Amino acid sequence: MTVVTANTGTTRAESFTVRASAETNRAALCLYARRLVSWYEIAMSNNLSRQALDLDAPWISQDTLSVEPHQIVAPDGSYDPDDVPDLTEEAFLDLYRWMLFEKRYAERMVKLQRRGELGTFGSSRGHEASIVGSGYPLQDSDWLLGMGRETMAMLQQGVSLRDMILFWRGVDDAQQFLAQENCMIGISVGGYLPLVTGIGWGMKRMDADAVVTAHFGDGATSTGASHEAINFAGVLDIPAIFYCQNNQWAISTPFEKQTNANSIAQRAIGYGVDGVRVDGNDVLAVHAAMTEARELASQGNPVIVEGLTYRRGGHSTNDDPSRYRDDEERETWIDRDPIERYERFLQSEGLWDRVDRETLLEGIDEEFDAAHEAADAYGPRDVEEIFVHLYDEMPPALEAQMASFGEFLETYPEMDEHVDRRPKG
Amino acid sequence: MNATIIEAINDSLTTEMERDDRVMVFGEDVAENGGVFRATEGLKERFGADRVVDTPLSEIAIVGGAVGLALYGLRPVAEIQFSGFLPPAFDQLVTHASRIRWRTRGEWSAPLVVRTPYGAGVRALEHHSESLEGAYGHVPGLKVVVPSTPHDTKGLLNAAMHDPDPVVFLEPKHIYRSVREEIPDDDYEVPIGEAAVRRVGEDVTVISWGAMMEPTLEAVAELGVDADVIDLRTISPLDRTSIVDSVKKTGRAVVVHEAARSGGWGGEIIATINDEALMYLEAPIERITGFDVPVPLLSMEDYYLPHPPRIAAGIERVLEY
Repeated sequence: MTVVTANTGTTRAESFTVRASAETNRAALCLYARRLVSWYEIAMSNNLSRQALDLDAPWISQDTLSVEPHQIVAPDGSYDPDDVPDLTEEAFLDLYRWMLFEKRYAERMVKLQRRGELGTFGSSRGHEASIVGSGYPLQDSDWLLGMGRETMAMLQQGVSLRDMILFWRGVDDAQQFLAQENCMIGISVGGYLPLVTGIGWGMKRMDADAVVTAHFGDGATSTGASHEAINFAGVLDIPAIFYCQNNQWAISTPFEKQTNANSIAQRAIGYGVDGVRVDGNDVLAVHAAMTEARELASQGNPVIVEGLTYRRGGHSTNDDPSRYRDDEERETWIDRDPIERYERFLQSEGLWDRVDRETLLEGIDEEFDAAHEAADAYGPRDVEEIFVHLYDEMPPALEAQMASFGEFLETYPEMDEHVDRRPKG
Repeated sequence: MNATIIEAINDSLTTEMERDDRVMVFGEDVAENGGVFRATEGLKERFGADRVVDTPLSEIAIVGGAVGLALYGLRPVAEIQFSGFLPPAFDQLVTHASRIRWRTRGEWSAPLVVRTPYGAGVRALEHHSESLEGAYGHVPGLKVVVPSTPHDTKGLLNAAMHDPDPVVFLEPKHIYRSVREEIPDDDYEVPIGEAAVRRVGEDVTVISWGAMMEPTLEAVAELGVDADVIDLRTISPLDRTSIVDSVKKTGRAVVVHEAARSGGWGGEIIATINDEALMYLEAPIERITGFDVPVPLLSMEDYYLPHPPRIAAGIERVLEY
């Protein structure tokens, strides 16, 4: 993946100072560092009601902390040049291509599913900035455990597009190839967050120059596993980033039914870790927050980063969102499209002239076509695959089951014919 | 050394931590306090706070964290203070530990040990007396071990820590300190997946494991019957050969377990005999088990447990059929 050098050196130093000393001049902090919800904020934030800190009235409430997501580029494309991360022109353009790729990938995959070539598919339409901005600052040594809606972040770690197609085709080998790039897709929502904590614990024990990132949705934050994982990471100073793509819908359950809290980021206070809420449709804000989060995590400070975005499509191709939400909300979010916003930014920066959108899309389509062909050519496979790799050494009883099933298949070829007739998607 | 089961555990952990720097021991109250049963006593002083770690009260994160550590190349040994508190983390065993090798086609694996004291009879509060070995044994990809002697405890725990796959290590806390025997100092292994024959006989096969071995052997001795007594030692993978060979010889079988009857591991054992030795049977197989209820509280738990009189009555029924 491309390694980005962002202009965050000073910022990081300052934000560490914040944690070290309450005397620090807040004005010196850059915007996204200020947005970090830290213990310093509890003590110093103007958003915090003074009463809440009064020992005579020791209550905190939902109003205690501001949860306005940090933004660099506004939906209309306007921005304060001082807030823009110091990236190379190539990196700015690279972010655009990756977002376009995510969008095109999702469109092509939905088509494949409709043609019966995939089991199901979870479209990422609307999440492009959240995915690309969160994946881009990661390093090769980092690990990424996600939920399946962060494809370009995984591709940036080295995962191939072919293997993402294989994954959604239910080809068991796909997760092997993901694992080779230190990636995994966890289907059980929230349940893999403790693994992330454990991997980070291993990195700490081995003194590795690496962090581990969990990508998960807002629904995952209601699971017990997520609470235990993040709290545990805080206690043990584990280099982990918990990146919540808050797309506001867990199938049909909206965010406000998921939790009575105003944000996911504010939970950082309860877990004793740092957190930030960013506009997940603003790729530069996500990128800046993740860059800072990676720095913090690598120092042993686990971080929650919440990217506020919107799931424009269904939960998956099996889902019909018209059953539970109205178009009006969706329209509002189409107006906040992450790619169009970033195009306006590139125009303002004078970089748009360097973008040939049609050529980029042609290149992406060619890449997708090649991956699609490679996925079609994948094989041949053997039914024995379902028995192997469960244990390092197959126990005798399982070996007997495998042998007996093999004999059955030889004796009754109609079984293969029957399976061939079954639907594949 | 001459050791009880709890001392054998401590000795095994010490031996293995000495031998392999990747081994880490963690759980609730294991470091400063040495574990509520003292299984981990002295380990933190000897191996340091990086390798012997007190964790928050978080069974899910303890077991899930162990999986993550194993993925990163460490050899985690997690303690769950009582097996009654393991169910919240059952998800981590089922959803990740047991199948991460399978999920990644062998690319990743989760060589970890979850140690936990199981079983009734110690006069504790609710949730301190469970025997869920059958539930763990039902999960493909997990190995489940239940020792009954100090020698086997150390040898099996050593083997579990050497094993490339996840092992749930259920410790019979009722007999933690009641038996004592010589154990070797080194990192010897008692192989996982091999039962032991505790007593050789011709007339009936009695199969049990863990804390039930003691009352089972007592019942056999009191009856004075000529019994093959098999200590399973490993629930999964099940040593079907030892069971079937013995039943072919005796023609009669009794299974004794502390867990609830329906869906208990006895059912799997009987099905194995049915598959491979049905025509050798001279009597229906008896199951002497806990009842299909939660383990009663301490004032009534002795009625729930298969004590020698109930075991003896079952053996007699099979012999007299």
